[in-house]
Amino acid sequence: MNSIQLRIWRGDDSSGQYHDYKTEVDDGMVVLDAVHKVQAEQAPDLAVRWNCKAGKCGSCSAEVNGMPRLMCMTRLNTLPTDAPITIEPIRAFPRVRDLVTDVSWNFRKKLTIKPFTPRKPDFPDGEFKMQQEDIERVQEHRKCIECFLCQNVCHVLRDHHKHDEFIGPRLLVYSAALELHPADTADRLKSLKDEHGAGYCNITKCCTVVCPEHIKITDNAIIPLKERIVDEYYDPLKVVLRVLGVRR
Amino acid sequence: MSQMTLPVKRSWGETQRRDAWWKTPVFVFLMLSAFLVYANIRVFEGDNYYSGHSTAEANRATNYLTPFYSPLMFEVESRAATPSGHAWLSSGRPGWLPAWLSPAALILIFPAGFRFTCYYYRGAYYKAFWQDPPSCAVGEPRNEYRGEHRWPLLIQNIHRYFMYCAVVFLFILALDAWHGLHFRKPDGSWRWGIGVGSIVLLLNVVFLSGYTLGCHSFRHLVGGHRNAMSEQAFKHKLWKCSTCLNEKHMAWAWTSLIWVAFSDVYVRLCATGTWTDFHIVF
Repeated sequence: MNSIQLRIWRGDDSSGQYHDYKTEVDDGMVVLDAVHKVQAEQAPDLAVRWNCKAGKCGSCSAEVNGMPRLMCMTRLNTLPTDAPITIEPIRAFPRVRDLVTDVSWNFRKKLTIKPFTPRKPDFPDGEFKMQQEDIERVQEHRKCIECFLCQNVCHVLRDHHKHDEFIGPRLLVYSAALELHPADTADRLKSLKDEHGAGYCNITKCCTVVCPEHIKITDNAIIPLKERIVDEYYDPLKVVLRVLGVRR
Repeated sequence: MSQMTLPVKRSWGETQRRDAWWKTPVFVFLMLSAFLVYANIRVFEGDNYYSGHSTAEANRATNYLTPFYSPLMFEVESRAATPSGHAWLSSGRPGWLPAWLSPAALILIFPAGFRFTCYYYRGAYYKAFWQDPPSCAVGEPRNEYRGEHRWPLLIQNIHRYFMYCAVVFLFILALDAWHGLHFRKPDGSWRWGIGVGSIVLLLNVVFLSGYTLGCHSFRHLVGGHRNAMSEQAFKHKLWKCSTCLNEKHMAWAWTSLIWVAFSDVYVRLCATGTWTDFHIVF
């Protein structure tokens, strides 16, 4: 048993403050275990959202020592104990209470993206024939657990609050999963360029750094979308080729 | 119980992070600044670009052209009597060109533009030079933000055109590396050989190829633009090869940048006679 100090932010969207808690922890415990211990022994009114404790539900997102992380996947022995471990709610969304934030903006924004629009099925029963190598690329995007750590660390949302103009990395990954899908026929490039603000991303790769599913968000989702937008709107050579009928 | 309130907007550099988050942006700032200063000095030096011009007897047999001056558009006036043989314009400097402009100044816009608009370098220098943000989850100095959504940074979308030029440059630099395997005999004839400079120039092509062929735009244009890749097996193969290089794009970017500077330093040292190239002529 070791003794550690946690500095947990408590309050709601209007005000709040850090509270220090000292607690005993065992080997192998994660940050969420320590928070639960504090909740059980010292602060029964501490609000914390969690569900699977296995890094798959994306509920326990928080900022641990300033970095966006899943509390259930952050082992205490990986953190320095010479000072209190700071735990805060994620910053890009309104705080409900203590460590719980209102992430519903993401789900509302998701509805503004054109849904999957499949081509005509290959078989009478509605089945599609697809090669594994064609589908592999979008399978990476579908690993997303919607923890919104990428949205939180993205400075366009976190610091510049461009929620009305930019959909953020998570929803760009969602768009890429649809746009790069071999059976999809919808064109989302104009909305990605204009309403969803793909150009706001300045490729700092912070979203990739914090992704607990290790999705290469910038390289495999955002940049391929940016390149497709260049194809369609910023490449004069391709515009000429399209006018001449050489390209579609 | 501590009584700190949580700030809604963080000030410049403010963060709860305890790791040395500042190390990477400082490294990027120092490395890119050093490269920019060195490259500018070399571009405006206008000499010492060809090892065969050396005052050292042993180096006069070598045939190394620095990548900073390749392709060599014309021979500078001070070397007109002993031309390197690499100049594209045999007539020398065009009359309309100011005398202070070196041959390197005419061509460096292409590799410089390629790196300036590169997706990796963009992210790196936005952090290191513009603090936008200084690092992940660290407060920024400015409130206003336009990103690459509007002018002037909308111009970054020109990247693929610089990539086309960079691919052409690979062939030119490969030709220079090939020439670097030829050594001049006292009677003026050329013989096969290999020297330290030959290896330096060959590695330069290898590192630049790793960087250029793993570029995000290259990866997109060779196959990434397609959804059903299996329909074109060759393009799919190219995309997979490019993806393989792209996974280490940052490493290729730094290795090739450092090596191109080292190649220039090496050729310059040979050209000035400060360093004697070791080579074996067959």
